[in-house]
Amino acid sequence: MRERFYATAMELVDGDERMAVVIADIGEAGMRDALRAHPGRVINVGIREQLMIGVASGLALTGFRPIVHSFAPFAVERPFEMLKLDLGHNDLGAIVASVGASYDTAVYGRTHEAPEDVALMSALPGWRIYVPGHPSEADEMLRAAAVTDERVYLRLSEQSNRLARPITPGRLYVERRGCDATIIAAGPLLDATLEATADLDVTVLYMTTARPFDADTLHASLAGDLVVLVEPYQTGTSSGEVAAALADIPHRIAAIGVPNVEHRKYGTWQEHNAAHRLDARGIRARILRALSRNA
Amino acid sequence: MTTTIPTLGYADLRGLMDLQLGDEKHAPSATSTLDVLWVLYDRILRIDPDRVDDPDRDRFLLSKGHGPMAYYAVLAAKGFIDVAALRTFGRYDSKLGHHPDRNLVPGIEISSGSLGHGLGIGVGIALGLRARRSSGRVFCLVGDAELDEGSNHEAIAFAGHVGLDNLVCVAVDNQSSSHGWPAGIAKRFALEGWSTATVDGRDHRALERAFTAEHRGRPHAVVAVVESKG
Repeated sequence: MRERFYATAMELVDGDERMAVVIADIGEAGMRDALRAHPGRVINVGIREQLMIGVASGLALTGFRPIVHSFAPFAVERPFEMLKLDLGHNDLGAIVASVGASYDTAVYGRTHEAPEDVALMSALPGWRIYVPGHPSEADEMLRAAAVTDERVYLRLSEQSNRLARPITPGRLYVERRGCDATIIAAGPLLDATLEATADLDVTVLYMTTARPFDADTLHASLAGDLVVLVEPYQTGTSSGEVAAALADIPHRIAAIGVPNVEHRKYGTWQEHNAAHRLDARGIRARILRALSRNA
Repeated sequence: MTTTIPTLGYADLRGLMDLQLGDEKHAPSATSTLDVLWVLYDRILRIDPDRVDDPDRDRFLLSKGHGPMAYYAVLAAKGFIDVAALRTFGRYDSKLGHHPDRNLVPGIEISSGSLGHGLGIGVGIALGLRARRSSGRVFCLVGDAELDEGSNHEAIAFAGHVGLDNLVCVAVDNQSSSHGWPAGIAKRFALEGWSTATVDGRDHRALERAFTAEHRGRPHAVVAVVESKG
């Protein structure tokens, strides 16, 4: 997704004088051509993430549509108050496109992991949060965000599903219909979720827009009283949204995701998925356990 | 163009501040900025209360959002807000809170209060204006204690590096920083390539000269020294 993002961002700034990009060293190589071609509105502020958000806000105040880009810990956690105030409280729009996701670069350790990113961004009002599961979906979401003035968090990941879906930003995509339960698979965990549930009679909804949560489609597609959330970031990040959406319907929620513990392992994202039981085997075991409580 | 409403002038500002009750804790903060604000709005800024969306207007950013009574008083004197609104200061439905909100008051450029945000935004505005080849300038007011926030130094270093000569940072120094700036505030800016001037923050002519000093190719810092907060 990352390389596709650079190419699309370059295309957007080439084609629209309103578009701007602000980076803090991360992505400098990927954006090199754009930095040279548009030095006035493709800006590398150096390793200054608070300034990165401030500059984006100032550009928005002068009529630009800024894209901000860095690793998730440095795009979200480091400058969190700037996201809240410079953009949010000032009511300015920007696209914050992160890479690294929860632990794509696990070899760098905890400092470069941010499984809290979606939960943190969800705590701020007025943000659209996109969690694409395929480079083509990420591309479509970036282009859709570019023509608005909204505040958009675009979570890019090295993890990807094999095929893109015909998603609509803002809507859950109905991947499969069944009777016994409703499984909501977010972003790049769709493939593992489909493998985990291949022989189960369940509805699978594919979530690429985490916020605002698509309560209408969940309501309309509900199967059984069990909803299982499968999210590649902090466990239960969307549990409150599901509970609010189904406040008028008796239901149970089982949340599968990255546990909220201090991570001290390196290695690869595949190893982390296995350790957190976010591979197909682990997801299946937990869905079966939740289903067994249905009986 | 600079707006002047002859019926309200500098002599009226203290009275306009006195209409705003409830934030006496920040009275020293408010008073420290009074003369800087007046000189900017009376003699320097190319802004018009009837054209607050003019893309080429100058922008004034009150980064140090604390104690905005002086700011509101000057805005009222210059026709940006109704004098009557000053009496609502801090009330639930008021547009004038103890920290300003740009979404409530046309003419206020940024919402501020938490320290260390305005200068970074100001750098972004200055970059945006430069990219648009606008004649607009950015004046950002910070406090000497606000400069303790590290985010300011990201902005100071970068603005100096890229030579943002449409940016002026006004540091009102009432010696309220807990640990002070022993080498002087201006030196911190100068180290990063800024043009600097340190003046008496109560001397209107000195402030005007400092604000209009030539600083081609470099951002400009004006340190306005006022009496100690105590």
